[in-house]
Amino acid sequence: MHFDPNKMITIKIDGIPVTVPSGTKIIDAAAKIGIKIPSLCHHPDLNVRAFCRVCLVEDTWSRRLKTACNNVVDECGDVFTNTPRVREARKTVLELILANHPQDCLSCPKSGKCELQTLAQEYNLRENPFDSVFTRVPKQLDNPAIVRDMSKCVRCGRCVEACQNVQGTNAIGYHHRSVDFNIGTAFNNPLNSTACVLCGQCVAACPVGALNEKDDTEKVWDAIHDPNKHVVVQVAPAVRVAIGDDFGLPKGSVATGSMVAAMRKLGFDKVFDTNFAADLTIMEEGTELLHRIQNGGTLPMITSCSPGWVNYVEKTYPDMMPNLSTCKSPQQMFGAIAKTYYAEKNNIPKENMVVVSIMPCVAKKYECARPEMNDSGVQDVDYVLTTRELAKMIRTRGLDLAKMPEEEFDNPLGLASGAGAIFGTSGGVMEAALRSVYEMVTGKQAGDLDFVGVRGHEAIKEASLDLNGTTVKVAVTSGLKNAKVLLDKIRAGEADYHFIEVMCCPGGCVGGGGQPFRTTAAIKEKRMDGLYKVDMKSTYRQSHKNPEIHKLYEDFLGEPNGHKSHELLHTHYTQREVK
Amino acid sequence: MLNHFSDEQILAIVEENGACKENLLYILLKLQDLSPQNYIDERTANLVAERVGLSRVQMYDILTFYAMLKTKPRGKYIIEVCNSSPCYASKADRVTAILEKELGIKVGETTPDGMFTVSYMPCNGYCEIGPVIRVQGRTHGNLTEEKIKEIIDGLRNA
Repeated sequence: MHFDPNKMITIKIDGIPVTVPSGTKIIDAAAKIGIKIPSLCHHPDLNVRAFCRVCLVEDTWSRRLKTACNNVVDECGDVFTNTPRVREARKTVLELILANHPQDCLSCPKSGKCELQTLAQEYNLRENPFDSVFTRVPKQLDNPAIVRDMSKCVRCGRCVEACQNVQGTNAIGYHHRSVDFNIGTAFNNPLNSTACVLCGQCVAACPVGALNEKDDTEKVWDAIHDPNKHVVVQVAPAVRVAIGDDFGLPKGSVATGSMVAAMRKLGFDKVFDTNFAADLTIMEEGTELLHRIQNGGTLPMITSCSPGWVNYVEKTYPDMMPNLSTCKSPQQMFGAIAKTYYAEKNNIPKENMVVVSIMPCVAKKYECARPEMNDSGVQDVDYVLTTRELAKMIRTRGLDLAKMPEEEFDNPLGLASGAGAIFGTSGGVMEAALRSVYEMVTGKQAGDLDFVGVRGHEAIKEASLDLNGTTVKVAVTSGLKNAKVLLDKIRAGEADYHFIEVMCCPGGCVGGGGQPFRTTAAIKEKRMDGLYKVDMKSTYRQSHKNPEIHKLYEDFLGEPNGHKSHELLHTHYTQREVK
Repeated sequence: MLNHFSDEQILAIVEENGACKENLLYILLKLQDLSPQNYIDERTANLVAERVGLSRVQMYDILTFYAMLKTKPRGKYIIEVCNSSPCYASKADRVTAILEKELGIKVGETTPDGMFTVSYMPCNGYCEIGPVIRVQGRTHGNLTEEKIKEIIDGLRNA
């Protein structure tokens, strides 16, 4: 049915009139006047499915119980959200869900963040009148990034929505029907053998403990407590504007200083910044781009920072692997530099070094374990923890991020420009590259360093730049469904871009699969604002102005795209079979 | 065991039956009937999915949603016992028991030699001669133990 969004409809919810555009769902109209209707399968950024039946309300038009998430204000009378009938029905629905759910909250990784747990508390559920029909199935540990514990699945379909309709990867979907209704891969193949890119958007969407990252915190604790190991940590740009979520700070708060202090308290020997490696990436990637443009290389060149995106190209668009920049991601550049340059400088045998990454990402766990990522002679990055896992370690240590003093990163791998900071948001790598490339080519500083055309949340952003008479056309996108549109255009020869930035997760790393749970598009925007604030306050706002980067090239690497850089900072791609 | 058709043969069958989403169930049933083990194997599913423009996981969703489509190998002959009310009233459970004893398997299982699978089916309209079974598209009614054994022997020696 078609609704005219210009037509306004007024209804009464619990006696309070509310005026909203035609086609508005009851749950959204209620939220507008501060009435929260509980739900499990509803998510503001995902399509409506109405699977869970928790959001029941009563209305005078149908005089029946109806779900508030998929029924519109046009087709209801006065709505009541808190009648005895409504409360009783919601309670029964929750009891039925709980009768098929393990009651092991104490040992569940989602405890405290679980939406079902929250609802059970809100509805004061104590004794379940229904007998348990729960049966445990084994956890699926078939890949290095995502753990699926389908015993805990409530079949809300949010993960499927994220996988099929947000990312368009179609790795997981629905199976069977009725009591056998379930979620999984085609023919139950192992996750990593399917089209899955391990982006973790399914994990971010899951309201319960069914989907989680593979926990590596114990291994990191062991390394920290091993006196023979020199443990350094790097932290990605998007982590500092998100970790505050798990400590009650306002959304998008820049928590860099307190986060550094907390990590030092955890016992890491050195606390470094992935933003430094992002600056290094710009040096390498910018040089590579210019080389490709000047020497007839494969264009458009596409960024390779996002491991989910790299997985996608290797699995789904292998013919476009030559378009990917050969640059490693900042995290892997950091690992290679830490175990060579830093290790040599400080006389630490690289075998005794442990490099830990804090990432907003679960695909990074797979990336660091790739066999080709050992150019230092040993595995360059040993462990990757998500933002959530770092928050967990900080709580284990008994620290409160909100009460930590502000501390600075260690040097030399801790100094970064503002350009490195904005890597964490969609458009950031592009903007950082343009800031430096413009100056590398023209010898002049760009009048305005803010290339705002590539900022923001739109699906596909375009801009062009005049470089000494050559017009360089660029595009920026995030989310694999949007990326697919661009790739198909390039394949069909309908696009004449020189450089494209693609981030796997919608909005870029601020919305990564490893970020604190309950992230929404609105929260991502606040994190983006936070990163631009970091950029504005930075002493250096262009990667090539970072003095520590200069020093690294002078003392160790030589020149961008030089022999040593190629050895340590560049990689190659391999087509991967998809089941 | 894989389907004995080549990729080209499978795609030819898809084309013959109108290669589009609208005809999908018809195509899948046709392929299942032609498969020696009465099921849609993974390779066939993926080929059809790509041809009609579905993802592999969406195809698996469809295959497991419909009871008449199977994703695991079954016997060469499927013996379906009607378990709707009229046949139930005329003692379909006795037919099931005879089949189970004769073949040494339970409903839903396949004989070790891969010859027979016994499963239930809903009413196909032959209530007046119930209880009925259906084998290879043919319905047999007015069943006795002898008649059932005769049908099975006939298939064994076919």
